[in-house]
Amino acid sequence: MPHDTYTYDVLIIGAGGAGLRAAIEAANGGASVGLICKSLLGKAHTVMAEGGMAAAMGHNDDRDNWRVHFADTMRGGQYVNNWRMAEIHAKEAPDRVRELEAWGAVLDRTTDGRINQRNFGGHRYPRLAHVGDRTGLELIRTLQDHTIYLGVTVHMEHTVVDLVLDDGRAAGALAYDRERGRFHAFAAKAVILATGGIGRAYKITSNSWEGTGDGHALAYRAGAELIDMEFVQFHPTGMVWPPSVQGLLVTEGVRGEGGILKNSEGRRFMFDDIPDNYKPQTASDPEEGWRYVTGDKSARRPPELLTRDHVARCITHEVKAGRGSPHGGVFLDIAWIREKMPNAEEHIKRKLPSMYHQFKQLADLDITREPMEIGPTTHYIMGGVRVDGDTQMSAVPGLFAAGECASGINGANRLGGNSLSDLIVFGKRAGEFAAAWAREHAAPRLNQAALDRLEQAALEPFERGAEGENPYMVQQDLQETMQALVGIVRTESEMREALERLDGYKARASRVGATGHREYHAGWHTALDLRNLLTVSEAIARSALERQESRGGHFREDFPEKRAELGTVNVMVKQDTGGAMQVSRIPIPPMPDGLKQVIEEQKS
Amino acid sequence: MIPEATFKIWRTHPGGGGTFQSFRTKVSEGMVVLDVVHRIQAEQAPDLAVRWNCKAGKCGSCSAEINGNPRLMCMTRLSELNLWEPVTVEPMRTFPPIKDLVTDVSWNFRVKKGIAKFAPRPADAPDGTWRMAQRDIDRVQEFRKCIECFLCQDVCHVLRDHAKHEEFIGPRVLTYAAALEMHPLDTADRIPAMKAQHGIGYCNITKCCTKVCPEHIRITDNAIIPLKERVVSRYYDPVTRLLRVFKS
Repeated sequence: MPHDTYTYDVLIIGAGGAGLRAAIEAANGGASVGLICKSLLGKAHTVMAEGGMAAAMGHNDDRDNWRVHFADTMRGGQYVNNWRMAEIHAKEAPDRVRELEAWGAVLDRTTDGRINQRNFGGHRYPRLAHVGDRTGLELIRTLQDHTIYLGVTVHMEHTVVDLVLDDGRAAGALAYDRERGRFHAFAAKAVILATGGIGRAYKITSNSWEGTGDGHALAYRAGAELIDMEFVQFHPTGMVWPPSVQGLLVTEGVRGEGGILKNSEGRRFMFDDIPDNYKPQTASDPEEGWRYVTGDKSARRPPELLTRDHVARCITHEVKAGRGSPHGGVFLDIAWIREKMPNAEEHIKRKLPSMYHQFKQLADLDITREPMEIGPTTHYIMGGVRVDGDTQMSAVPGLFAAGECASGINGANRLGGNSLSDLIVFGKRAGEFAAAWAREHAAPRLNQAALDRLEQAALEPFERGAEGENPYMVQQDLQETMQALVGIVRTESEMREALERLDGYKARASRVGATGHREYHAGWHTALDLRNLLTVSEAIARSALERQESRGGHFREDFPEKRAELGTVNVMVKQDTGGAMQVSRIPIPPMPDGLKQVIEEQKS
Repeated sequence: MIPEATFKIWRTHPGGGGTFQSFRTKVSEGMVVLDVVHRIQAEQAPDLAVRWNCKAGKCGSCSAEINGNPRLMCMTRLSELNLWEPVTVEPMRTFPPIKDLVTDVSWNFRVKKGIAKFAPRPADAPDGTWRMAQRDIDRVQEFRKCIECFLCQDVCHVLRDHAKHEEFIGPRVLTYAAALEMHPLDTADRIPAMKAQHGIGYCNITKCCTKVCPEHIRITDNAIIPLKERVVSRYYDPVTRLLRVFKS
């Protein structure tokens, strides 16, 4: 059947930080821009980012510069990062942050009136530009309020079913709108994926319903490559109680402001396990740690601010050893700073207002007086679409990716604060190069027959109706499997078991049903999400099997050590001609001597 | 807490209009209203429409009227409600219905575009940056906490009871305008438009908007009244009027 068709130079899928930043750049580059988002504008997951965006501006410590930021990012990523992306990110983040101020962002200030920067895990100096603990809201609102004056067409509450190609090149997408459940074709010379993460593949996650790996799966089905999918970040501090908010994020900013981790015996266990390569930078006792968070430049950071992968594993270890809190986590205590400062209560409320309200309202707990109970939560995927570091274009000509759904900058583990800056640095680049690509290429043709097939397939759940399986149950089973078998601690036998179960869910997903009308139909939407969730889950499990070592966010109980020969490769998955998932290892290109030298000089 | 409770949820009909549908469902400690809606969706009514995202009070998607009170469903704990009586959950009534608990809030996005955009003064430093004191941005930061849940628009009687959507932009968009007007770097003048197009005079400061704001922004006191004062001193202050007469 004929579809109404929207035609743009650049089509952007996703309206979080990366998508909006790409839209601004593409529109400024003269392209006509269409922006599709699953929710209302300004509600994307970026809004939940709390701590800040990392940019080596050196406002709070003038020893900071791009070289230190680059070295920190590579060390955090255990050196399997795309070094070119890490370099570009460290160099360009300051300009991207400053330009937000020109667009109306109101970031917290230093005493001399510049942008204030805070400490965060894995960052050597105070580096995160922030607004209290609602930096993501500030970022998305600034970009949103700038975009609405640029003539970008926003298609809210539209979900992309699949990308369409023309002779191997990106040509657009088929999407449906939630309000009416109708299908719309989008033709574009260039397509940018900015769809965020995959957290909904797990049971305990900080991600909203939108994090179903759409961009990862759309790109994969279109023939692009995914790399580093084994690297999933489990954020060490998610809420564990009450059950309905399990997984909800507790910002790392709590630890940046002096929050400490304790087990049920009251022991500050993070001091017991400090990795060798971080020892020179880590405080030797609680007193030094406190001096660090209060701005003493001669002090080293407390072990609570080690990288997220390490802190999450230490917490898991305490809980497994029987030293956890009543609801299966450990204690995060910011109230203790009352001993140290007279106005602690007011200070906590001013620095961490959302956290104060979140615990007060959802858990009946006053964080200025009592410790919080926290535990790891699925937060972020380092893996994603393999892109060119400079242009963000994937292996499919005309298909770009930016932000969490792209891969490279973070390697095996992302540092907190490097995500918001990633969004604006690479969102900008994707927009710029997509607009340039659109200028140089003729409009592609949309294949009507292919669009019809996609629409028919998307409507199949209604044909099965009430006879079909409940999509929510398949989703729940998948989430439980990934949580239990491909989580923080992994072994080969469990992951093989997970892959077998995923096969079963695939069969069940092909039998799910939906009844009633198509308008704003959550059940039908969940049925369509399953395909993407299954693809990313399989990619994670297969990549994790392939990497027989422990590195960053990926921990193998059966291979607990790092292996040098795996430090020079990325694991890649790609769909073969028969539709099966192929796994391979690809060598990381050698780093230029200049960058090697930067890493060496920052090792002390 | 009692193990089961009854929720009366508004269901729209395909041909227009709607009715409450009762659902009996299990409840447990710590649950919020949005959890209940999700449980009903997963177990009893898969086509039940609800808009939500973050489930943490940060995105402002799940606005609804719970027992008649405008609230975020994700931040309303069951322990605050009397579960011995049925709990009603209905959509925001100021906006056109789409389906069940979902309403068409696109008007808010359209109206916002009518506010003149941010226009900063030239940079203070050669590197293109500005200097601002924290105390000078505290108020603007209060406004910028807004999560655009539109609950203030929902309760504003100018919109809800008098449907002045074409003449009045409502508390949310007034707060957006106030954030720009009070931004230390901004140079644009939105005061004439406040009076002429945006209908600031319609607000008679009943503070309903402030009461429902989940971010506790003092919308009336800190945003709307100062804007009203600027309009008054520009157009109605006797001394200024006299000066204007002399100038012309």
